[in-house]
Amino acid sequence: MSETAAVLELRNLRKLFPAGRSGIWARTSEFVHALDGVDLRLEKGEILALAGESGCGKSTLALTLMGLEKPTQGTIWFEGEDVTRQSRAGRQRLCRQIQMVFQDPYESLNPLMTIGEIVAEPLDVHRLAQNREERRGRVEKALEEAGLKPAHIFMNRLPHELSGGQRQRVVIAAALVLEPEVLLADEPVSMLDVSIRAEILNLLAELRERRGISVLLITHDLATSAYLADRVAVMYLGRIVELGETQAVLESPAHPYTQALLSVIPVPNPRKRRERIILQGQPPNPVHVPAGCRFHPRCPKVMERCRVEDPVLAAVGAGSHQAACWLVSGGGSDE
Amino acid sequence: MSAVTTTSFGTIWRSARRNWMALAGLSMLAAAVIVAVFAPLIAPYDPKADLKVSIDDIYAPPSAAHWLGTDDAGRDVLSNFIYGARVSLIVGFFASFISVFIGGTIGITAGYFGGRVENILMRITDIMLVIPDLPLAVVLVALTKPSLMNIILVIGLLGWTGTARLVRSQTLSVKERKFVLRAKAIGCGHFHILRRHIFPLVLPLLVANTVLVISLAILEESTLSFLGLADPTTLSWGQMLNFAFTRGGVSAGAWWALIMPGLGIVWVVLGCTLLGQGLEQVLNPRLEWHHLSVGPKMVARGAKEERP
Ligand SMILES: Nc1ncnc2c1ncn2[C@@H]1O[C@H](COP(=O)(O)OP(=O)(O)OP(=O)(O)O)[C@@H](O)[C@H]1O
Ligand SMILES: [Mg+2]
Repeated sequence: MSETAAVLELRNLRKLFPAGRSGIWARTSEFVHALDGVDLRLEKGEILALAGESGCGKSTLALTLMGLEKPTQGTIWFEGEDVTRQSRAGRQRLCRQIQMVFQDPYESLNPLMTIGEIVAEPLDVHRLAQNREERRGRVEKALEEAGLKPAHIFMNRLPHELSGGQRQRVVIAAALVLEPEVLLADEPVSMLDVSIRAEILNLLAELRERRGISVLLITHDLATSAYLADRVAVMYLGRIVELGETQAVLESPAHPYTQALLSVIPVPNPRKRRERIILQGQPPNPVHVPAGCRFHPRCPKVMERCRVEDPVLAAVGAGSHQAACWLVSGGGSDE
Repeated sequence: MSAVTTTSFGTIWRSARRNWMALAGLSMLAAAVIVAVFAPLIAPYDPKADLKVSIDDIYAPPSAAHWLGTDDAGRDVLSNFIYGARVSLIVGFFASFISVFIGGTIGITAGYFGGRVENILMRITDIMLVIPDLPLAVVLVALTKPSLMNIILVIGLLGWTGTARLVRSQTLSVKERKFVLRAKAIGCGHFHILRRHIFPLVLPLLVANTVLVISLAILEESTLSFLGLADPTTLSWGQMLNFAFTRGGVSAGAWWALIMPGLGIVWVVLGCTLLGQGLEQVLNPRLEWHHLSVGPKMVARGAKEERP
């Protein structure tokens, strides 16, 4: 896996938001550390799951990759090219390569536009279709590829006539018409009915098979990622704390935070059931990131060193499995 | 584009049917427009024709020949009234068109771009808002040549503040919606987003607002004419009232010369107000707690139905 080229690479990416809607009186010098030094590679044709609890910065990461938020610091590389600070034309070119699927399919479609118009819009904006026939052909192809078959019956419908799952397929189709290299899927199924979640996830897996698209699958539950991801990245308070092949991370999590996350997922086999780890302490506050290891106030295995020194990602065992924890890099065992 | 516009106007038509206020207002307005358009066919006399006037023809009471009597120049009041609808409606439509265009542009620009652009535009709007319209209009009209065009311009250029604030607040809420973010992710430029994603969703409200602005413009035109600031050769309803007052209509007891123009103004303004408020009620449930936007009735109207 590590020999393949990275489509997308982030180095030390930081994004700060001014904390609190400051009025005239609140001169703010405090910041929300939404992204606090993210290093991540998305390999060509892989599905990388990015997991973490609410507010840890997953959406901010996606929006920053899309160029919709400006990173405070750090660099983004797309196919070996630094795309962090782009001219408008550069960003325009980039967004043909990187597309995004949003969390809420009920809100991400303009209620007044027909499905045909919605899917054709990216083509119009980027002037990709020479004539009406080509335009229509590409729109229908994208719709069918996103699983809306036969495409022509959807063309003139309005979003409110479609189910949530179908709407999410429309969003995916509108991303696919641009034939992107990378798809950022920000919790694409969390607003959907449980019964259709698997269908949408299967669609993503299928697209990867057929088109070789790389997918960054943002999720807040690790069980989803286990379903189709090649690799998993676990994020905590704006930083990646564990990273590795799905099986390695899920079966032998090295970071206490990952262990806690996994321990609360119900396991079908009762003999394999792990002891539940309930995290203690304050919920994380991205304004005041703890000194030392950012997880130490809630960590059940906290040591003296964790309160002072910030651990970086270090190899766990032989593979590409990495974790940012002193238990790993400090020579301690992970159990 | 066509699909979008039809949908928006389809929405308006459907909400108009559901709402008796809007429907009544629409009928009243339609009646006035028909009278104005077909004035030459409906009116029994041509108000511009030369006539020979005897003393008996001046302020003559209603008779078979003149159903609503005659005015100070011996002209038929009914015909004046019918032709007067043209002037009032022309001023109303064109002035409100100017107002809504300026207000809409300022509101949508301020709301969408935010930041310093918004600050500057909304400060200008606030300044315009606190300057009392009527005295300023009086001064401006008095300083310029009294012509229909000048009246339209003055009313139009002064009456856009309410629209600007309303459109801005609507734009603020539309631009936060996720499909606008998705449009940016697709690579749409600002102009495209404004045209395809913001404007169509602001449009229904803008149309409802236009109707209210028309009524304000008509009222203002009548006021200026009544104060004698209009072109004396264009006979609007306000002008008819002015003549009746200043040329002895009251002392002659010629109630017919006063009542008709007054009724005309009330009819059109009431029609616009009913239609506009009816539409707003259906289209913008937010107004029910947004007492700062436009019009005096916002607070009083209870939150009855339509709470999302
Ligand atoms: N535009 C913004 N202005 C200020 N703070 C922001 C902004 N966007 C995000 N944040 C803050 O940044 C942090 C990360 O937010 P983000 O939306 O990326 O979290 P998330 O991991 O996607 O959460 P969720 O699972 O709830 O979607 C949060 O504390 C959030 O309050
Ligand atoms: Mg999110």
